[in-house]
Amino acid sequence: MRTRILIIGGGLAGTIVANGLVRRLATEIRAGDASITVLGNTPKHMYQPGLLYVPFGRAREQELFREERSVLDRRISLVVDAATRIDVANNRVHAKSGRSFDYDYLVIATGSRLAPELVPGLTENAHQFYDLPGAKKLRDALVDFKGGRIVLNVNAPHKCPVAPVEMALMLDEFLRDRGLSGKFEITYTYPIGRLHALEPLATWMVPEFERRGIKSQTFFNTQAVDGTAKTINSEEGDTLPYDLLITIPPHRGAQVIEDSGMGKMGWVPTNPKTLLCDGTKNVFVVGDTTNIPISKAGSTAHFEADTVVENLALLVQEGRWSRDYDGKVFCFIETGMNTGTHMWFNYTTPPRPSPPTQTVHWFKLAYNRMYWLSASGLL
Amino acid sequence: MSNRQTVDARNTFCPGPLMELIAALRASTVGDEVEVLSSDKGSIDDIPAWTRKVGHTLVSSDNRGDHFAFIIRKAK
Repeated sequence: MRTRILIIGGGLAGTIVANGLVRRLATEIRAGDASITVLGNTPKHMYQPGLLYVPFGRAREQELFREERSVLDRRISLVVDAATRIDVANNRVHAKSGRSFDYDYLVIATGSRLAPELVPGLTENAHQFYDLPGAKKLRDALVDFKGGRIVLNVNAPHKCPVAPVEMALMLDEFLRDRGLSGKFEITYTYPIGRLHALEPLATWMVPEFERRGIKSQTFFNTQAVDGTAKTINSEEGDTLPYDLLITIPPHRGAQVIEDSGMGKMGWVPTNPKTLLCDGTKNVFVVGDTTNIPISKAGSTAHFEADTVVENLALLVQEGRWSRDYDGKVFCFIETGMNTGTHMWFNYTTPPRPSPPTQTVHWFKLAYNRMYWLSASGLL
Repeated sequence: MSNRQTVDARNTFCPGPLMELIAALRASTVGDEVEVLSSDKGSIDDIPAWTRKVGHTLVSSDNRGDHFAFIIRKAK
């Protein structure tokens, strides 16, 4: 009997799982004993980390997108349709078109979405760079910016944990390069009592911010934005004035997760080692979608996807488990327009950033191009 | 009736126990409780300090040897 594998989501995690599985299960697929279907809500695949460069005019739109069909192996069926309900009890997924998809194994890779509406005034008054329209709008605002107070506001939870740091450092350098030294002030706000969740990075940031004159306000969880007074205030009772407000809005998971009753705020309760949805034996969860308390980042999705590929392929072929996910996360961190650093960590090894170098910056730029090999399952 | 959820943030380095607590409270309603498990010694200070600063209620804090457990009730 044919084993039907259904993957919801055509982002990084879903695409790597699909392309990885098609290679592992080549024999079964050729014999008609297995099939792989990706159910995605868009025909386009976006390289999300590239959005960081858009506000500075350093990325072209066409570099960020490819047709998902061209990224997926031809042996994978791609259906562009939005999943509207996941029926785990009956191994079935319903889609917006009215079609339904039965599966033997399900991989949920529906990702996260921006939820600025959770904070009053944030949508109307703040810029953001976590989607293309927002990044382009911020690019226009930076072209018009002649000086003043910039608040760079970070909210929890959010994906790509180092992007706010990169934005702060790149923005500072970008504005100085434009001859605005002494005419602007950046204040970076962060939800907890230090500058970043990653303690070594937070420690590194303190002298770096001092050297650049970047101010900070920790323990700042946004309560509301007043667009008339041009102020942002926190649940902790602090108020900051701004001329330009840039936010990393809070995130939530996909609507289909909430509509299916599978998890609060769209995060699916997931075993941190097996990556199985709690209470199931045939539903895997990868990437931002999980409720695992680790970074929501592309590398997390990649390493989780690798684990799911190995386990799912072996379950189909031999009915046994291969290995657990070890919590591995890897981050490149741009520390300016021309330098970068990197770090990795897992469930047992804490992160230790290396000193920033130009070489790492170049390597990150190279990875921006190599990403497509990664999504194709070749890297 | 209030709900209680547990966030097991032991041996996680990013985003860490306090960020997970903040995210969990965002998804909760007033009166709900969140239990956070943390192996980060920094949690002894920063979780109670933040809870006080915002005005939520620290119901309990417990040293369990290899980790700490905090229960916080959402107050507003």
